[in-house]
Amino acid sequence: MIVFALILIGMSLFLVTISFQGQLQTLMDVSLGAMSVFSMFLAVLGTAMLLPKDMEDRTLYTILAKPVARFEYLLGKLCGVAAMLFVAMVLMTAFFSAILGFWQNQEMNRIALDYPVENMAQVEAAGKAEPGSTEKLSQQRDLEMTKLKAATFTPTLFGGIGIILLRAVVIAGLTMMVSAFSTSWLFTVIVTFMVVLVGFLVPVARDVWQAQAGIAGDLPGYLKLFLIAVTVFCPDMQIFNVVDDIAAGSVVTSQMFLQTTGLGLGYLAVYVFVGYLFFAWREL
Amino acid sequence: MEGAVKGRILGFVVLLIWGMVKLPIETSIAAEQKANHFGGFKLTSNLRQQAGQAGFLATLGGLRAAVADLLWIRAHVAWQSTQYGKMKLLFDVCTALQPRRGMYWDNAAWHMAWNASVYAANDVEHVPEPIERRRNQENYFKLGEDYALRGIENNPDNWELYLRLGLIYKDKFKDLTKAALAYEEAAKRPGRLDYVRREACYLIADIPGREEEAYKKLRELYDTGENEWLPTLLKKIQLLERKLKIPQTQRVYIPARDRLQPD
Repeated sequence: MIVFALILIGMSLFLVTISFQGQLQTLMDVSLGAMSVFSMFLAVLGTAMLLPKDMEDRTLYTILAKPVARFEYLLGKLCGVAAMLFVAMVLMTAFFSAILGFWQNQEMNRIALDYPVENMAQVEAAGKAEPGSTEKLSQQRDLEMTKLKAATFTPTLFGGIGIILLRAVVIAGLTMMVSAFSTSWLFTVIVTFMVVLVGFLVPVARDVWQAQAGIAGDLPGYLKLFLIAVTVFCPDMQIFNVVDDIAAGSVVTSQMFLQTTGLGLGYLAVYVFVGYLFFAWREL
Repeated sequence: MEGAVKGRILGFVVLLIWGMVKLPIETSIAAEQKANHFGGFKLTSNLRQQAGQAGFLATLGGLRAAVADLLWIRAHVAWQSTQYGKMKLLFDVCTALQPRRGMYWDNAAWHMAWNASVYAANDVEHVPEPIERRRNQENYFKLGEDYALRGIENNPDNWELYLRLGLIYKDKFKDLTKAALAYEEAAKRPGRLDYVRREACYLIADIPGREEEAYKKLRELYDTGENEWLPTLLKKIQLLERKLKIPQTQRVYIPARDRLQPD
């Protein structure tokens, strides 16, 4: 799966050659999108197999026969998945950074050609250009280069990648929780994906039922109840979906970053605890 | 078995309590994100038509920006075959998916107000009536204006969008008052290029009845230093001084090569 992600990130280099404007943006959009989607798949598929595999191989019984609590077992499995996601994310980030750096370099060279400061200096020295022309051109070139750098490697970009990782770990926790009561890994995968997909629509559900006037007033009671249930039981995945806006130039404030991280850790703690409650009395 | 049921009930209760606790937190974070222009995208029925089911799902799963990029390329393929109606539909989806990307709004406005409008004005084959062609052309001007205005609504700090709006008013609607206003707003935005402020003053100078205001602004520009003493500025100052009958002693110094012929 990581290989697929790396191929897709690499393919973005091809895509930028056919895009009409904002090549650098296209590269970032495709690469960050690939990281976002593949980390999600990796989290669900990597976690869903853990418990059923241990049960099938009878490894679970050997482990639990030793002085290992069921909570410790679950936590250990989740830590393993989180470590795998971390390594995968580091790999993808390194590859993405290399490609972005390469393309940034190309753009820098293009800007240097567009603003031939050295040639202008010679022309000015020969008295064929107005005094100060070289300085003006040099300032314009610096401005272009600063703008380019500001649009690529920013702390916000890496903060956004951190939030992708956090979301993947939260999804892994959710998968673990579902897996703790389900009897088949396919059921776990389907249910988790459904919850995640609905999670992306939670803001819409919340906005509708929280609206005091207008459409919410006309909603039948059962529909309102359904929307409340969706909002209460499904995680709001859009809160973790900041990377698209970061690629478009929006800046994540430190307060937003801390709030999102806090919420993610809260989800993780609850999912692990509920997963334990499901697993603690489960007959193995 | 009883234990398993007990665990499930307990788990459900914990999830319910967490749901109640996280609700105000999520609402607050979502509001904070909205204030910082995050997540302002809209899922429209047009998106479902243009991107297909897979594209629609991809936008939900974290590929929103990439889907917008692909549709942007598709819009330009439509441009190559002069399908301006299709282009507009695709632009609507791109801007709805990535409202924070000023380039989408700017280019959509440019395509509609310039390329599509010129095509509509010359499309004798499909629209033989000149009046109808003229009406179609004006509709495309309005579409360009609409993209620029909605772009500004979503990106209030983007000087290039104000500039695009100013250009549309100046070149297409020939409304210098609105154009000057847009240029002045562009000049207030961070990162704008120097000529934007200059152009705002030049435009005011061309509006009948605002000569005194224009002269004041042009003098301010002149007083900033020699860098601003460009031929257009010096010409406009001289014309206004004549029009406003400014006494010779109060007029600005004009180098000999830029002096206008006496009336």
